[in-house]
Amino acid sequence: MQNGVLYWLHRHLFSSVFQTLLTLLLLTVLVLVGAALLRWGVIDAVGFSGTVEQCRAATGACWAVIGEKYRPILFGLYPYNEQWRPALAMLVWFVTLVLTLSPVCWHSRVLWPLWIVSLAAMSVLMSGGVFGLPSVASSDWGGLPLTLLLFSGTVIIGMPVSVVLALGRRSPLPFLRGLSVTFIEGLRGVPLITILFVAVNVFPLFLPPDMEVNKLLRIIVGIALFFACYQAEVIRGGLQSVPRGQYEAAAVLNLGYWHTTTKIILPQALRICLPAVTNHIIAAMKNTSFVIIIGLFDVLTATTAVMQDPQWRRYYIETYVFIACLYLLFGFMLSRYAVWVEGRIDASRNPEGVS
Amino acid sequence: MMKQSDNPGASTAFRLFTFLGSKTVRSWCYQFLLAALLIGFSYWLYSNVVDNLRAQRIATGFGFLPQSAQFAIGETLIDYTPQDSYARAVLVGLLNTLYVTVCGIVLATVLGFMVGIGRVSKNWLLAKVCVTYVELLRNVPVILQVIFWSVVIRNLPSPRGAIELPGGFLTNRGLTFTVPAADNGWLWTLVALFAALVLSALVSGLARRLREQHGKLLPVGRIRLALVIALPLLAWLMCGAPHELNRPELRGFNFKGGFTISPEFTALLLGIALYSSSFIAEIVRAGIQSVPKGQLEAARALSFSPWHLMRHVIIPQAMRVMVPPLASQYVSLAKNSSIAVVVGYPELANISNTLMNQTGQALEAIAIMMVVYLIISGTTSLLMNLFNRYVAIKER
Repeated sequence: MQNGVLYWLHRHLFSSVFQTLLTLLLLTVLVLVGAALLRWGVIDAVGFSGTVEQCRAATGACWAVIGEKYRPILFGLYPYNEQWRPALAMLVWFVTLVLTLSPVCWHSRVLWPLWIVSLAAMSVLMSGGVFGLPSVASSDWGGLPLTLLLFSGTVIIGMPVSVVLALGRRSPLPFLRGLSVTFIEGLRGVPLITILFVAVNVFPLFLPPDMEVNKLLRIIVGIALFFACYQAEVIRGGLQSVPRGQYEAAAVLNLGYWHTTTKIILPQALRICLPAVTNHIIAAMKNTSFVIIIGLFDVLTATTAVMQDPQWRRYYIETYVFIACLYLLFGFMLSRYAVWVEGRIDASRNPEGVS
Repeated sequence: MMKQSDNPGASTAFRLFTFLGSKTVRSWCYQFLLAALLIGFSYWLYSNVVDNLRAQRIATGFGFLPQSAQFAIGETLIDYTPQDSYARAVLVGLLNTLYVTVCGIVLATVLGFMVGIGRVSKNWLLAKVCVTYVELLRNVPVILQVIFWSVVIRNLPSPRGAIELPGGFLTNRGLTFTVPAADNGWLWTLVALFAALVLSALVSGLARRLREQHGKLLPVGRIRLALVIALPLLAWLMCGAPHELNRPELRGFNFKGGFTISPEFTALLLGIALYSSSFIAEIVRAGIQSVPKGQLEAARALSFSPWHLMRHVIIPQAMRVMVPPLASQYVSLAKNSSIAVVVGYPELANISNTLMNQTGQALEAIAIMMVVYLIISGTTSLLMNLFNRYVAIKER
């Protein structure tokens, strides 16, 4: 009885009258909701290859809207006949990401060339103009590739900046410290939207009239700085938890500031705060959706635009569920990865499993 | 870390060398260089701004604020007409931001605590339901959630085919429900309720003093309950017991009477409150789990009821862990209210956007926005810091 099914049921579901009532109530609700969802989403639904007429006739979900509209949702305004290019670019991106995340490649001699090559390949694929590919302006980029571009740009620019800001905040030089604190707290105190407004409306005012910076780049830099301020606080936490003895040992070895920081302190600090760092990276992925406010055509904007089609607009729930699933899937993969890396670090710290 | 350069026997050249090599001097040099760079860069930016503004013929400054705004605002908490000034329009936006933020914080906290406590429940099924709630809401972008709710509300039936709820109607014009008809009596009742809350706080303070200094026990719970019920009731009766209701009725294409919560407000509130509630639930869970197991066992040994265990043992100790992250969650909720731009609820960011498009005063509009949000964030963290000091461990 101690470890049988009945024991488990008693302990976890029916331990008292109140618990039993609660369980029964929840079960009823779950069964009713589950059955309704199943009827709506599967039994009465029209599949991906259906037509509008079938959807009108059906009482359930209309997944045909995804089959019909997935290309404008995934690729936005990109010319229809060229959409194999963003698709291929996404594949390149995905392979690069997988390589970056696997420990085999964790070396700056591998990572830098890898990203430079794949970024070059992706930008050639996306903008064209060489190798006989028709040129596509960045204002026509959209959908998922744009979301991925915003996300990776944010992390690639934001991470080094955040390390610099965190070091600046911990610096013994009072002026540098004050500057970092002001920058971090100033950006953390305002919503992302103001940063986007600044990037789009105000930033051009600060440049000489004959100098122009691409709008997409301005936006990526804006989001990256916003991300960096939050990440800097996380990394500061990591820096603070490196034991004092490590600094003293470096001083005894007569190492200079840069050697102490890059060879001894930073590796340990980053390792300590890695879980929190990945949390913020996942948040950065969700934050890319804010660009809908300034009319950049990411996945969410593309979906909202697609929903203007009068024939299909009544199937909004199916469409939003679809892109919510995209975000969920991606976020889920990243967080699983974070858990795995954490476990790996713990294992490398205590190889025998003793603490 | 300090000076390593003092060596009285060295030659002048060597002394100069060590002087430049000293850490203090070097650090001042670096900082001076940095400051010079920063000042130069700022001056460059400033002169560019001046040139650009002159070229575009935009007058700088806040001189536009007293001018008539000439745009209508859908929802206002204070009186506003398009003839009013830009300054008043910004004020309307600020009040709307505060309104939706306060409502959002209340809703998110209530939901978050319920789900968070559910997550640590003994009941396996309840815990799983709560985990699903958290994971789903936390991992979908908040802006997608707000847009989703706004589309859902827009697709509700029109007032003619309204969904009837007890005491109200749900339509694509929002949620309309019955409220007590306007009467001064209700205002006084509200005042009395507030007074009763203040009095009951005083009573519990007094009771604590009596208990600690004289060892006397007062039935605090009963006194407070009596106060909170009796005082508003008395005020209501003294004002002639108003009981007329303001019922919504269908007239033409819309409802007359009753109180309506607009679709924009509902979508924004639901989106940001549900999103934040999933984070608050995790904070609550972490707080509850941080209470040492021995505390629970000790309380059970003293035969505390589950409610008293929660109220007197778990929550007070969990609060210490929860308050700092809760504070940052509230600040981020306030900042998230700015996504009202996408659903058209007229709060600060939305009004600033209109102002920017209408006057071209981008710099000023964004400066106003930034300052106001910095003040909101600052005040929220200040208040939560005070609260934190109140709940923190008091060593005696």
